[in-house]
Amino acid sequence: MNGMVGTRTKRKEDPRFITGNGHFTDDIHLPGMTYAAMLRSPHAHARIVSIDVSEALQHPQVLAVYTGQDLLNKMKSVPTYWYVPGCNLIAKDRNPLAIDKTHYVGEGVAFVIAKDRYSARDAIELIEVIYEELPVVVNHEDAMEEGTVLVHEDVPNNIAFHWKPTSVPDEVFEQAEVVVKQRFIEQRLIPNPMETRAAVAQYNAGSGDMTLWCTSQNPHIHRNVYADVLGISEAKLRVISPDIGGGFGAKIGVYTEEALTAYAARDLNCPVKWIEDRHEHFMATNHARDEIIDVELAGQKDGTMTAIRVRNIANLGAYVSTMGAAVPTLCFGLMAPGAYDISLAGVEVIGVYTNTTPTDAYRGAGKPEAAYQIERIVDLFADSIGMDPVEVRKKNLISKEKFPYNSAMGCVYDSGNYHEALDIALQMVQYEEFLKQQEELRKKGRYLGIGFSTYVELCGLGPSKVAGATGFQGGLWENATVRVHPTGAVTVFTGTCPHGQGEETTFAQIIVDKFGVPLESIEVIYGDTQIIAQGWGTYGSRTTAVGGAALAIAADRVFAKAKKIAAHELEVSEDELNFERGVFSRKDLPESKRTFIEIAKSANMSWNLPEGMEPGLEAQAFFDPENFVFPFGTHICIVEVDVKTGTINLQRYIAVDDVGNLINPMVAEGQVHGGIAQGIGQALWESAVYNEQGQLVSGTFMDYTMPKARFLPKIETAFTQTPSPVNPLGVKGVGETGTTAAPPAVVNAVMNALQPFGIKALDMPLTPEKVWKALQKEGTKVDS
Amino acid sequence: MAVENVNVSFSVNGVQKCSSVEPRKLLVHHLRDDLGLTGTHIGCDTSQCGACTVMVNGEAVKSCTVLTVQVEGSQVLTVEGLGTMQQLHPIQKGFWEEHGLQCGFCTPGVMIAMVNLLDSNPNPTDEEIRDGLEGVICRCTGYQHIVNAVKHAAQLIAESKKLEIMPIGEGS
Repeated sequence: MNGMVGTRTKRKEDPRFITGNGHFTDDIHLPGMTYAAMLRSPHAHARIVSIDVSEALQHPQVLAVYTGQDLLNKMKSVPTYWYVPGCNLIAKDRNPLAIDKTHYVGEGVAFVIAKDRYSARDAIELIEVIYEELPVVVNHEDAMEEGTVLVHEDVPNNIAFHWKPTSVPDEVFEQAEVVVKQRFIEQRLIPNPMETRAAVAQYNAGSGDMTLWCTSQNPHIHRNVYADVLGISEAKLRVISPDIGGGFGAKIGVYTEEALTAYAARDLNCPVKWIEDRHEHFMATNHARDEIIDVELAGQKDGTMTAIRVRNIANLGAYVSTMGAAVPTLCFGLMAPGAYDISLAGVEVIGVYTNTTPTDAYRGAGKPEAAYQIERIVDLFADSIGMDPVEVRKKNLISKEKFPYNSAMGCVYDSGNYHEALDIALQMVQYEEFLKQQEELRKKGRYLGIGFSTYVELCGLGPSKVAGATGFQGGLWENATVRVHPTGAVTVFTGTCPHGQGEETTFAQIIVDKFGVPLESIEVIYGDTQIIAQGWGTYGSRTTAVGGAALAIAADRVFAKAKKIAAHELEVSEDELNFERGVFSRKDLPESKRTFIEIAKSANMSWNLPEGMEPGLEAQAFFDPENFVFPFGTHICIVEVDVKTGTINLQRYIAVDDVGNLINPMVAEGQVHGGIAQGIGQALWESAVYNEQGQLVSGTFMDYTMPKARFLPKIETAFTQTPSPVNPLGVKGVGETGTTAAPPAVVNAVMNALQPFGIKALDMPLTPEKVWKALQKEGTKVDS
Repeated sequence: MAVENVNVSFSVNGVQKCSSVEPRKLLVHHLRDDLGLTGTHIGCDTSQCGACTVMVNGEAVKSCTVLTVQVEGSQVLTVEGLGTMQQLHPIQKGFWEEHGLQCGFCTPGVMIAMVNLLDSNPNPTDEEIRDGLEGVICRCTGYQHIVNAVKHAAQLIAESKKLEIMPIGEGS
């Protein structure tokens, strides 16, 4: 074989992006194109008294203005997609536009279609809405109190669900030698891919075919839902994801705007384009995290951890969004014990409605929150018993002999060598040296801190039977078709839908190794529901672990057929053939040979095939994994805190990750870097902030601090490779590791730096102001 | 609404264009919607993200904060004018070879900004590149591979200068 898997191969997708030939949704221009704009609620909670669209309709460029009333009985509301069982879930579906009441700032109130972008925006200004403001509830803990404002009148105490799959008796904690408790606030985040959401719809009134281009991580899910919402047959609705400018979970969600764009295209019988602007993205695209997590850890003075109990109050926003119920429950709860051998774990999650934008998946989705609470509480535990945090980790990390490991939350961790990743990271950081340096610098009034994060996360979603049992409204298998053309060129069709992760290249690398054909002759096709029968998209680091696995199986089927043809042509049995670098040859007569490309021609011409063989060289495979995959690793962060200003200087960041076998180390490294940047962003800067009136005060890039180049240190990466046994590639999933691992690594480092001041816990983001204020309060304990 | 269009004449990627535009029309919209140069992207509405960065008379500017009428008589360079597949600009080579992009959405703007940086500082340090990236946001890469890409591009430019080959798109 050529051995391209495992090499730093330059990406196939890059030439179109570096030459300006990418094809994003807003780049689509159709004859007769019209433009949509959304009027959004300026109030977090208000009754709509009246809407007057008459002036807007008089605008010469305006074709239509839709209100919620106009659409009654014409479109269905947009549902959630994950009905987590056993938690009395009261899901509220989203109307395409608010009808009587608005529930959060940014909720759609009227949808305008005009002949050009600027006029659509102008017309919005001409719509007169009279609102009667209602009391607002923003904080999820407040929302649960008796007698408080109700976001939906029929949901008592605003509690959408209460999930308690496991519990640990009080006695365990009462009798424990050591118990540490802490409340952690996972602040609200805004995913902010650089391309906002967008949709273009085109309807053919003759055939009834609807094409919807939209920024989707899972076009088939969007097709399934929008077909139902619009009353169109799935076979008539074609959803296409062109190039997507990042998703990070925000483009999993099923939204109202995309469905409205398609509705308007059909209603007006002309193409309609809707492009979200950044300010709208802040208000209207799903937010993430926003959880209040109370943790109790029981253990012994020797450092053994024995039980963990976690209660998570999750702010769902005004609706249960697409994956809204699963993120804080399954994705978070199942990973609560982290990478540690803890025999008892109790998890309780309460999902709460508030007058805020709905929350949903964002890179890592539940796992970053799980890693954060366990990695922070481990440090607090180490501190309480006076033990080095590394020693506590070494004592409790699941040892490699225990895999597959049954966790206290009922997960089976597939494979791992957690101690090895920790050891390598410790060597890279030179821990002992650092401790000496830290001690010396402290004497000089300089405060360095080191933070560890020994994480594991659940990825590669995942067995369909688990999807069904947990209320997901789809399957989680994946499929691939491998088609070899007469010239030997190969087209691969995958049901996953990458949006920047580089699978056009990594999938092609797999094919190169299977067939020995050049990388340039392979095309990877995705993101079109008419070309790919069904698939479930890209999220939860499933693309390669599930989609890539399906691809490998399909390729093996193609290869098996090719080999049969080669044996037939070379007049030997298959056992008597060698295959190397794209060439089949007879073992006994090496000069007697056929290239894979020649066999491709033979198969497609079908002039001389083995008796009974069908023509063509193509195979499809459906892969439903038996389990999730569990990437893991150790991240270490070193910071210096300027105790006079509260400023945090990131000095070093070390990441040792194990994502199973690596297909393209360069691409994997890029994924790790990007994930860490987002994780550091959460730890130090990013935060979506509402005021008491429910106004989003961090509504632009001016107010929401995104990580920029000079904020970040050089990231030092290394990989260990522990293959996963649950897929034929032995891969695990890399996209979410950094986002999961980084927040506790950074926060632990800052807390370690602030140890002399008696500051044990601060909530993210650790802004200079927050750190400085804490130092003002506690700083008198130590001379600085 | 009632304001009349005005005629604007300027050069884009070396080609002279004469257009009739609304006085309020942003350059980025004119480039994308009227001239079909969709390589320049829109990522925000506050001039923070830099996805729309183009070169006007040799200086990187954010085309979402420039009115089309303001570039009357100017020379505009967009990503489409940077280089071709047959002759990539060193910055394009750098980004490809050093994995300086993931989703590719911010990439055109980032590359233009970095061409501008390299024009004024042909041999920047990592620190200087990170400072030079202040006007752009990339959500995918974590910037490290972008820094590597720019360093690589600087090296390629230095080598091409030794051979007295002027890279495409340098200056105006």
